[in-house]
Amino acid sequence: MVKRVVIIGGGAAGMQTALELKARGLEPSIIERDIELGGKVRGWHILFPTFTSAEEVLRPLVERVKSERIRCFLGQEVTAVASDGVMLRSGERVMADAVVVATGFTLFDAHRKQEYGYGLYNNVITSVDLERMMKSGRVTLSDGSEPRRIAILHCVGSRDEKVGQRHCSKVCCITGVKQAIELRRMCPEADVFNFYMDIRMFGPGYEELYREAQERYNVHFVRGRISEAAETINERIQIKAEDTLTGRPLRMTVDLLVLLVGMSPNYENRDIALSAGLPLAPNGFFKAKDSFLGAVMSEREGIFFAGAATAPKSLADTLAEASLTASAVDAYLKRRFNE
Amino acid sequence: MRINFGYDISRPRAIDLDNNDLRKSLDIIAELPEVESCIGCGSCTASCTAGNLTQFNFRKLHTSVRRGEYKGAYEELGKCMLCGKCRLVCPRGINTRALVMLMKRKLGDF
Repeated sequence: MVKRVVIIGGGAAGMQTALELKARGLEPSIIERDIELGGKVRGWHILFPTFTSAEEVLRPLVERVKSERIRCFLGQEVTAVASDGVMLRSGERVMADAVVVATGFTLFDAHRKQEYGYGLYNNVITSVDLERMMKSGRVTLSDGSEPRRIAILHCVGSRDEKVGQRHCSKVCCITGVKQAIELRRMCPEADVFNFYMDIRMFGPGYEELYREAQERYNVHFVRGRISEAAETINERIQIKAEDTLTGRPLRMTVDLLVLLVGMSPNYENRDIALSAGLPLAPNGFFKAKDSFLGAVMSEREGIFFAGAATAPKSLADTLAEASLTASAVDAYLKRRFNE
Repeated sequence: MRINFGYDISRPRAIDLDNNDLRKSLDIIAELPEVESCIGCGSCTASCTAGNLTQFNFRKLHTSVRRGEYKGAYEELGKCMLCGKCRLVCPRGINTRALVMLMKRKLGDF
């Protein structure tokens, strides 16, 4: 009998895992709480570091899931997980021989950093809002005009114990560099300032892109975290930071402040972890069996992970990991059923 | 009439990017664009002969100039002995000695 695998989450990780499992002759099904497949990537415009359209990566995945006739439960939420299947909010049980948790992450809620005035000031936006604006083809201020001076703040909701987010979200640095370049291309008149604590360019081509942002696009990098933002009478944003490389406080007024929001663990992780007997890492993401050979396995036999459910990851890392997850699931099923 | 109370208020120490005139700084960058690739690592300062003996800090100095803080920079640059060790250690390959000469040339009137 064909072995069934249920995958929780229909984002990039879930879809890629499903496709790889199908290619191995197994029968995957996807449970997605949204009414559409695609996950977070749906909201993205272009991807670092190559400026590939997000659509170009997402569309083939979605189309292949459809053409492979992989069963999808859309608009359905999982309330409990065990190694032999999951329970949906509707009360329906989906039985399986293995389960893959590919639930991804939640974007950090920028309202929680009140000192930056997100939600209070019209011209303070998040990196996700900016991505949406870029997708629409035009970046504008609240009054419809083009920004002339833009500040991008790194590490909003990352490396910040005050909001319970000790971890580094990994992808914001390179996103900040990518968005700075995009802004310089879309609004050539605008000066862009990136405020950072560290610049962590971990991936291939990232450091090169950082250098390109500096030299070719004249993006200004200021090492120092913005301490507060305040709105001026004409809806501009006044910011304060320390320019730590000169050791002096720095003040300036910008038209637009972009907050690079980090990745938070999903709130529902706790319920899933509790029902399945899975441990969570101190940062709230799922804890993998180990960091090396068991990175896609959980502490429970038959339950696996793919993508950002275990830690912040880039799309490239997520896709690569999903293939690994499929191979681990396949090996587990073969071993268990002596095939 | 200005009354002398025997004391004065301190000038704000903050770098004011709303009012600083960045034209000189942009001039310098236009002539030596590699300056923009600085990552502020401090290798130049660590290897600096002058910095070893005085308060001279090349990283701080050229970063300040890029922010439009020119006052005192020319005099400060007089401490550099042009030994060129900073150029040897710069991980971005910036010609730091050329930057010293360029800043002196541009900032003589401040």
